Amino acid sequence: MNAIIFSAIWGVFMMFAGAFIQSKTLPKYLAIIGAALLFVLNGIELYYGTPIFNINGMNMLSIKSMNLTFLEVIFGATLLFFLLSGRDVERVGEHVSEYFALIFFVLCGVTLSSTYNTLLLLFLGIEIMSIPLYVLTGADKRNLKSNEASLKYFLMGAFSTGILLMGIAFIYGGNSNASFYIDQLQLGSGKMPLMITVGLVFLIIALSFKVSAAPFHFWTPDVYDGAPTVFTSFMSTIVKAAGFFAFIRLFKNSFGPVQLQWQNLIVFITIATMLIGNVTAVFQQSVKRMLAYSSIAQAGFMLLALFALNQTADDGIILYSAAYSLATIGIFAILIKMNDYTIEGFNGLAKQQPLLALVATICLLSLTGIPLTAGFASKFYMLTAAVENGHKFWIVIAAVIFAAISAYYYFRVIQAIYFKEPSSAEPVIDADRVSGSFKILLVITAVLILILGIYPEILIGWAHH
Amino acid sequence: MLGTYTTFPELLILVPMLAGVICFFLGKNNAAKNVALFASIVTLCISLASLCYADDKFAKYNTVSYIWLKYIGSTYLVGLDATGRMLTLLTAIGFPLIFVATYKNDYKNSASFYGLMLLTQAGLMGVFCAMDALVFYFYWELALIPVYFLSSKWGGEKRIQATFKFFVYTFAGSLLMLVGIIYVYLHTPGRVFEDGTTTAHSFSINAFYQAKLAVSEQAWVFWLFFLAFAIKMPIFPFHTWQPDAYDQSPTPVTMVLSGIMVKMGLFGVMRWLIPIFPDATKQYAHLVMVLSIIGIIYASCIAIKQDNLKKLVAYSSIAHIGLMCAAIFAMNAVSVQGVLLQMFNHGINIIGLWIVVDQLEKKTGVKEISRLGGVAHKAPVLTILLVIIALANIALPLTNAFVGEFMMFAGVWQYNHWYAAIAGISIILAAVYTLNMIQKVFYGETNTLTASIRDIALHEKVILAVIVVCIFMMGVYPQPMIDLTKNAVTILLRVGQ
Repeated sequence: MNAIIFSAIWGVFMMFAGAFIQSKTLPKYLAIIGAALLFVLNGIELYYGTPIFNINGMNMLSIKSMNLTFLEVIFGATLLFFLLSGRDVERVGEHVSEYFALIFFVLCGVTLSSTYNTLLLLFLGIEIMSIPLYVLTGADKRNLKSNEASLKYFLMGAFSTGILLMGIAFIYGGNSNASFYIDQLQLGSGKMPLMITVGLVFLIIALSFKVSAAPFHFWTPDVYDGAPTVFTSFMSTIVKAAGFFAFIRLFKNSFGPVQLQWQNLIVFITIATMLIGNVTAVFQQSVKRMLAYSSIAQAGFMLLALFALNQTADDGIILYSAAYSLATIGIFAILIKMNDYTIEGFNGLAKQQPLLALVATICLLSLTGIPLTAGFASKFYMLTAAVENGHKFWIVIAAVIFAAISAYYYFRVIQAIYFKEPSSAEPVIDADRVSGSFKILLVITAVLILILGIYPEILIGWAHH
Repeated sequence: MLGTYTTFPELLILVPMLAGVICFFLGKNNAAKNVALFASIVTLCISLASLCYADDKFAKYNTVSYIWLKYIGSTYLVGLDATGRMLTLLTAIGFPLIFVATYKNDYKNSASFYGLMLLTQAGLMGVFCAMDALVFYFYWELALIPVYFLSSKWGGEKRIQATFKFFVYTFAGSLLMLVGIIYVYLHTPGRVFEDGTTTAHSFSINAFYQAKLAVSEQAWVFWLFFLAFAIKMPIFPFHTWQPDAYDQSPTPVTMVLSGIMVKMGLFGVMRWLIPIFPDATKQYAHLVMVLSIIGIIYASCIAIKQDNLKKLVAYSSIAHIGLMCAAIFAMNAVSVQGVLLQMFNHGINIIGLWIVVDQLEKKTGVKEISRLGGVAHKAPVLTILLVIIALANIALPLTNAFVGEFMMFAGVWQYNHWYAAIAGISIILAAVYTLNMIQKVFYGETNTLTASIRDIALHEKVILAVIVVCIFMMGVYPQPMIDLTKNAVTILLRVGQ
């Protein structure tokens, strides 16, 4: 498992580097190198199947091509995030290399929570992932909003961690094998014992909190809005996708056979998440807040994989993570450069920065799920998975109706970009903040979105490798 | 070269698509306009050439398939059959007509404008050629997106709201259709690819036709598809986006929308609805026909009261499309043949009407009928050509629409006398609003607005004359078109039984 070791080492390395390096730009390059190495090392493991570090003690990790493909997506997205928004991380505050170090620790947690084979490692992974995020949320130390968000996130997060642990304890005690291994919980095929039921509900609550599914989403808008925008971009994409992947693996492996007993709960959560995310996003004036609610709405779509729990859903969640991360990182990278975060702030972007406008539009079209973009392919897989499941077909109809609603708020931004005149004489983006390399990277992002949209099997092929 | 390296459907899609992409990179002068015109003429030539290779023995020129998504069993399968050939021909004729007729119009950022127009054409061609449900869905949406941008950017004052309404309606419809496609897909037989991969299900049209759906399933999956098509056509009560969208879009886009794009809905019903859900079609035929007929009468009545010239044409279009929809669901040889003819003819006629309306609007700056008058004194050529096109629009004998409408009414009559009788009222209503419009706009006293207008320029005369020639040719001798499409009628009726 190359990624676990390497991400932890690189995180520590970045932290020490912070103590000795005076330069403010060097940490960014170190971080980029680190993410690239992670991407390559994980790719090697995926391609050849043999890790450099073999640390799978007691079979506590599940290292299959599917998990590695997912991690490859995560590392690719992180690399892209560093490249696109690295300069904006530098602007957050003084301790640049610490921020990057924390992100590497998050990646370590993501790796654990994507490959766990036992409930203990799941807990460990989720905690390693969450704690650095509390710090990152409050990274803008002198900003009250950032502090408030951080505290709120921490308190709520700690609470949900408690529930997660409680759930794990119940499951451990309740299964006749007394096992932590997710594929060895003996649940039988009949009605679940009470202790297991309670544990299961606790697990659903705790993990729903982590992926900001309704009705456990209340922290999301405030935290995403209060955190420095670069970190919002990271949190709402990479970390959220990892949460989903962990969620789905747990329920598929442990509770798949008794799915019909808890499916109704997931149906309720899915519908509530879509409803709250989409309807609230419609009323937002700030693009940043709109994206926070849209991330809840997209979480609703990802929950369809949890509803479906089949092979298509597995493929779908990887694809969805990639598509959603690409598009959101792209749109956030542009948003960070804007002088005004409201929708009116985008007025006339097309005239001043045609390239940025085009990329932003492709990202938004992808989030809406228009064919030719990755967003369509991923939504298509999710819908197929849900129909394939064969139960409660109406949930699919509800999902597409909400997808149609989502067009409303994404297209408001597109309308502002292309069809409205700038509201003041000030430029919407300071030209000196948009470098040539930034533009090239945006184009690469857009091209990736289109490639995944036209030929999604490029990614799925790896998961089946 | 044909058949080995490339085929007609590929060319029909690729030429406008590549030309469209090239257009985006052309500068501010007229280059984009000329490239677009040239590309559309090349497409027309390809489409005409494809008519000579319609026979079965040229199958390798007309269909092609590449493995696309092999885990889920989708191939990039495009082909030309009789219906497809007729509609691609309409698309191929429509675009050069539109480009020439609006050649004098200047658009800001003409490069993007013509690029998007050509992409729309590529999307339409793709819809009419697609033989794989996923490919079909791709092109179905791809035809919509450029139109959205065209109308929102270059349209009238209320363009953003009107276009967005149009977009959301059609997008919601298409998503429901997507769910329907997925549902049918999961009931299709599997397939084996050339390289030995097998999949459990397949998206190809033949697999869709073989899908095993129980009658009770058909009964509701039918609606998922039908809603998408009904919104696109549009038929009552899903038509509310249409008058605003037609009114607010720039004229070339309105022509595309009303002349060609509405045919996507009718085409969808013929290729992707009736053959897949034969039982549901029979079950709901009455309901759909009643809706269509309500739409016909309703739209005709509103057209009579309309003062806005563009909305008048829009409502008259709703009435015509309603009749076509009713005729498809009558499901007999005469009515379906009539629809196939009328799809083509309606496209030609309505593009002609829009050209005239556009001329009037450009020359006077208004589109209210009550503020115009006496144009005939000043622009006799325009008037003569308009009157012919307008008479074709109300299906006078000798004009092209007469043949199609006559067959459609005959078919509906066979199905149910009452439906035909009520729908027949629309002929009278159409005469009322069309003649009323001609009288108020072209005759009577000239006023300050119309006193100074000049007759149309040479290239506009030529274009309208071409349309008029088409109208008479197809009206007097529709046999070639019937020969081209009669195959489609037998296939549809056989599959739909």
